Amino acid sequence: MAIQAQQARPGHLVSYPRFLWRSLVMATDGSLAFYAWMTMLTAVALVGANAWANQVASGMIVTNMTDHVSWGLYIANFTFMVGVAAGGVMMVIPGYLYRNKEMHDVVIIGELLAIAAIVMCLLFVTVDLGRPDRFWHLIPGLGRFNFPISMLTWDVIVLNGYLLLNLHICGYLLYIRYLGKKPEPRWYVPFVMISIVWAVSIHTVTAFLFSGLGGRPFWKSALLAPQFLASAFVAGPAFLILTMFILRRIGGVVISDRPIQLLVQIIRVTVLINLLMLCSKLFTEFYTGGAYSKHAIYLFFGWEGHNALVPWIWTAIVFNLIAAVLFLLPAAMRSVRVVSIACVLAFVGLWIEKGMGLIVPGFVPSTLSEMVEYVPNLTEWQVSAGIWAFGLMIYTVALKIAIPIMRGEERFIAPVEVADDTPHEPPADQPPAGEASATDQTQADPPERDSGGESGRSP
Amino acid sequence: MSDSDKRTISLPVLGEVSRRTALKAGGATLGLAAFAAAVSPLAGLRGRLSAQELMQRHYKELSADDKAKIFERLENEAKERYGADVKIKDPKAIPGVRYGYAINLSVCNGNGACMEACHRENNHDRSTNQSYIRVFEMPIGTTDFKHGDSTYTHDVPREGKYYLPVQCFQCENPPCVDVCPVEATWQEEDGIVVVDYNWCIGCRYCQAACPYHARRFNWKEPQIPAEEVNPDQGYLSNRIRPAGVVEKCHFCLHRTREGRQPACLEACPTGARIFGNLLDPESEIRTVLRTKRVFVLKEELGARPTLFYFFD
Repeated sequence: MAIQAQQARPGHLVSYPRFLWRSLVMATDGSLAFYAWMTMLTAVALVGANAWANQVASGMIVTNMTDHVSWGLYIANFTFMVGVAAGGVMMVIPGYLYRNKEMHDVVIIGELLAIAAIVMCLLFVTVDLGRPDRFWHLIPGLGRFNFPISMLTWDVIVLNGYLLLNLHICGYLLYIRYLGKKPEPRWYVPFVMISIVWAVSIHTVTAFLFSGLGGRPFWKSALLAPQFLASAFVAGPAFLILTMFILRRIGGVVISDRPIQLLVQIIRVTVLINLLMLCSKLFTEFYTGGAYSKHAIYLFFGWEGHNALVPWIWTAIVFNLIAAVLFLLPAAMRSVRVVSIACVLAFVGLWIEKGMGLIVPGFVPSTLSEMVEYVPNLTEWQVSAGIWAFGLMIYTVALKIAIPIMRGEERFIAPVEVADDTPHEPPADQPPAGEASATDQTQADPPERDSGGESGRSP
Repeated sequence: MSDSDKRTISLPVLGEVSRRTALKAGGATLGLAAFAAAVSPLAGLRGRLSAQELMQRHYKELSADDKAKIFERLENEAKERYGADVKIKDPKAIPGVRYGYAINLSVCNGNGACMEACHRENNHDRSTNQSYIRVFEMPIGTTDFKHGDSTYTHDVPREGKYYLPVQCFQCENPPCVDVCPVEATWQEEDGIVVVDYNWCIGCRYCQAACPYHARRFNWKEPQIPAEEVNPDQGYLSNRIRPAGVVEKCHFCLHRTREGRQPACLEACPTGARIFGNLLDPESEIRTVLRTKRVFVLKEELGARPTLFYFFD
């Protein structure tokens, strides 16, 4: 009987490789526009890979970093992308905690963004290493892991943990949907709950990397972690809104306005919290002044003729203010154009503010008050653009696989010779309560599913 | 299914395949080839990066046997790359010794001999004129480095100026050691903070953590003419560093642990520098700490430097 059942219902040994194979096919099939987009990203990623290879071969002298400004564009991008990864949780919280149905249907867009963003974070750290060949020294058990003293080891744990959590959640949901089954809550809901707390932890730990440095007054602020979180919860949702607009317009995916409106409402709050914290920081820096304020003075107004960051930060401030006003307009609930502009401005503004605008002034002036400025050079821009292109490739491919599966357009079909053999006999080794697995997957119609999936996306 | 899926082409070995599959396979091959070409500069590292070096364990996990082999390899590399016959040793901290340094700002005149001596002793890169020591020319009346200048080239001493040499303070509570994710830097029994140049991954978190700008990163491989290489080398101190790792002042432990003075002290023509054992109540440095007007930089940070400044 058990053997028969197995024949009737091919095991995961058959269906999982099939799932992976179909994923590969879906990831590489598409319109001309898709191929053009992927080719463009590949080209940029290759330019980045080449620049990085040169940097490894010649030493980091090919970057513009110095002993005075020893972290630059790479760590700036890293810091910002941690925020984007954490920002995906703003879909997960309404989707799972508040059981918002429309959000639940599209929440995987946020979870996949977290995966792509974390991969980018790991790459940005890797390209910043002087000795990438010694990467294994960071692996617990293999190298020497200075845990729990070094905050960087905490970051290794939380970032990789967040990546694994999201890979599991997305992988499980997609595979089960592909099989046409109903996902079992115990296999993903606990992980989703952990991932919500974990999302907060990745940006908190990343802020502690900086705020734990007593010799760097620009970063040594209790407000840094909350500031990171507030801006993450603007930048992440902004990117997700843009993604959904693009999916609707170019991908032909039907997404209702409700999840987008909910994200706009979330941003309406977080954008103001972020600006409030910025004001608080600026007041503390500038009201009394003093030696510790020189970094902020350099950042916003320049210092004795050194003003490389002044145009950057004022662009960021203006972008953030305009974005905040646009998000707060009533039109933000209706107009795709208003929201799109607001999202782009907020994303770029925060990329500057929580990237270059946060990292570089921490080093300028130096700990001994020397003025050595930093502007990234071509190599650094090429490597960074390459990582962005690679991250977008991952995100594109992930969405390409996930959306047809979640919409029920892509289903596992058992191999013919097996399906012919007692197709309608329920397996004996399954508990009768397992309603999802008892549903016959060889039916023409997809079996009943939980609330996720198609609803809100009429064909 | 689109039209292109139905079209097939005939290939040797594989037989009939759909046109789309063939195109995808072609694209993937092209992509892989392009990637290989893009990262081809890495091939230049072959021959410069041995398997032994890649697999080498942390200093504290090495047996005497391992160390002998590693030192020999490093000596061979110095011969190969720099044409110099060097000897690498590994003197241990002396029990009952905790090193301290004191600099007399009343007599330092900013001549820079210490910087130059450090540059030569420690096999620093010649092209960048690297040194663990920098001397700040400060206007009398302030200790704010904002008014200081470490890049002066004029004759010294100047009227209205005093001179403040800065190097690693070998803090008792070193912030740089805490932050290192791989324990590549640590404090030895005699208080000296060292770096295992073969374990450092080059993340530069320690540079961000140091409040005194004491750490240097090897942005490229150091260049030193063969005849200028100092052959008397310590594994944890002045051996020629590889590219991509952090380094710092080590109180010349390859000298001081053998009873000699640091190179910067030996070179100083003014007698401003006093080096000794903080645990020995009779030492000169203890007398200075007891009797002079002593201060340390940024005392409020709590790093507790063991390099002190004093005035007569």
